[in-house]
Amino acid sequence: MKDVSDSYVTADGRTIGGVMMEMKNITLRFGGVEAIKNISFDIREGEIRAIIGPNGAGKSSMLNVISGFYHPQDGEVWFRGARRPTMKPHHVARQGIARTFQNIALFNGMSVLDNVMTGRLTHMKTGIIAQSLWYGRAQKEEFQNREVVEKIIDFLEIQHIRKTPVGRLPYGLKKRVELARALAAEPKLLLLDEPMAGMNVEEKEDMSRFILDANDEFGTTIALIEHDMGVVMDLSDRVVVMDYGKKIGDGTPHDVRNNQDVIDAYLGVEHD
Amino acid sequence: MPDQFLFAIEVILNGLMTGVLYSLVALGFVLIFKSSGIFNYAQGVFALFAALTLVGLQNGQIPFAPLINAIFGTNIHKFGWELPSIIAIILTVGVMVLLAVIVERYILRHLVNQPDIILFMATIGLAFFMEGFGDIMWGADIKTLDIGLPQGGSFWIEENTAWMGSDGFYGFFIDKLDIAAAFVAVILVVSLTLFSQYTKQGRALRAVADDHQAALSVGISLRYIWVLVWSIAGIVALVAGIMWGSKSGVQFSLSLIALKALPVLMLGGFTSIPGAIVGGLIIGVGEKLFEFTIGAPFLGGATENWFAYVLALLFLVFRPQGLFGDKIIERV
Repeated sequence: MKDVSDSYVTADGRTIGGVMMEMKNITLRFGGVEAIKNISFDIREGEIRAIIGPNGAGKSSMLNVISGFYHPQDGEVWFRGARRPTMKPHHVARQGIARTFQNIALFNGMSVLDNVMTGRLTHMKTGIIAQSLWYGRAQKEEFQNREVVEKIIDFLEIQHIRKTPVGRLPYGLKKRVELARALAAEPKLLLLDEPMAGMNVEEKEDMSRFILDANDEFGTTIALIEHDMGVVMDLSDRVVVMDYGKKIGDGTPHDVRNNQDVIDAYLGVEHD
Repeated sequence: MPDQFLFAIEVILNGLMTGVLYSLVALGFVLIFKSSGIFNYAQGVFALFAALTLVGLQNGQIPFAPLINAIFGTNIHKFGWELPSIIAIILTVGVMVLLAVIVERYILRHLVNQPDIILFMATIGLAFFMEGFGDIMWGADIKTLDIGLPQGGSFWIEENTAWMGSDGFYGFFIDKLDIAAAFVAVILVVSLTLFSQYTKQGRALRAVADDHQAALSVGISLRYIWVLVWSIAGIVALVAGIMWGSKSGVQFSLSLIALKALPVLMLGGFTSIPGAIVGGLIIGVGEKLFEFTIGAPFLGGATENWFAYVLALLFLVFRPQGLFGDKIIERV
């Protein structure tokens, strides 16, 4: 096994720690289709790790494996030094892995505040009786968690829509609320599935800023899938490149950009 | 005021009171449908079973006594003690929660991701099973349920409203039990609303109702929520069972009131709690008023039996999502 304790400082002065999550020889099949073919990579403490690749490369499937929505037929998932058994998504969430979805999955009938509050559920321990009576410990817990949520709402600059039902918000803001909900869980690892898909330049800049700030201020480790190469190169410390379910590149943005396989996958190869 | 007008008001008041009972049953349907997309056909039988259990516990009946007697040739029927209402109610709540756990463990868990129709069929099966089980457990005879709720017409209301009309008007006749039922229904709805708005479990419940995937991603266990929802539906069924049982005795036709909840749901929308309440009240008032103004004078009466269904049919044609339901939009 690789040395997990080595940490280093990046060019822009951020400290990247040891290995937090390691995917070993992951293979995922749907019937006869192999969505992920024997892929291994790791995610280090405190870094922003990007997974890129053309459409249908298996990026979202990989994210779903990490968050427990899909269970690989082969391979091992190691999280914080221990092998993770096959786990339900809600157990994965309780381990400290939060995520957003490609096609926004928010609770449309609930206000922004309530949506973000659901992100705190894993931190709330009082039982149903105490909660129903709204008494003592339950009340204190509610207030404490509410405070954290208000901080996150401030951080993402969505104070003005706190009470608005999410269903009524425009797309860009929904994406931001979803990020808020994930951040509210104070996750050890945050998974973002195309956080900037369908956004205009301005919204993309905002989102990039929030992602960098979250990583910087809360020290959240982030793994993200993104199509916009410019954004990926700016944001990420290391990049995994996938194509047709296989890993074809892994390294710093600079390494990956000059990798011939990656260039071929993105620009196409001439066959003669 | 002319007497005819006052009679109409009395009809409306009584309709409202009946409507409250319809609402109570419909509420149980909505709770389960909203959070899991399952139309629980057994909701009416739940009300029956809850009422049977409550009476049985109260009277110290030995469960499965006929079965035990038939097998062992004994002749036992009662433990010989009677439980105070409040303890019997708490125990019955326990039984309904246990029932929810069993339903989740042995039915829902095995049918996850099956088409809705399969789950619907499963609840039909459950309804028949529960009916038979209730029969074996507590016996099929009609039982009187008395947990100390006031009964009979309210003289106070009659005396204090008699002045409104002429000599032929004796004041509004309103059953005290109906008033109690309305009171209990209000408390139930308010506490359910508070629970779902301000507690963590309530928030999780609403979250699951909105989006299963997202709910999983924030660490909510769907199984726990299902047990919770079915327990709450069981408790609502108990309240409905108590009200109907006190009114007309605990008998097996009680499970048929579930059918009256169907038009209520079509009117109010399957996914709306306020819809269930308003729908129940509209049906209650509508059928009484229709009987009073058109049914009895022109159609030979007994229109209460079908009025609700015709109204529901009209709604199905012109507003299929009901008054408060989510709009049905197909994306192309």
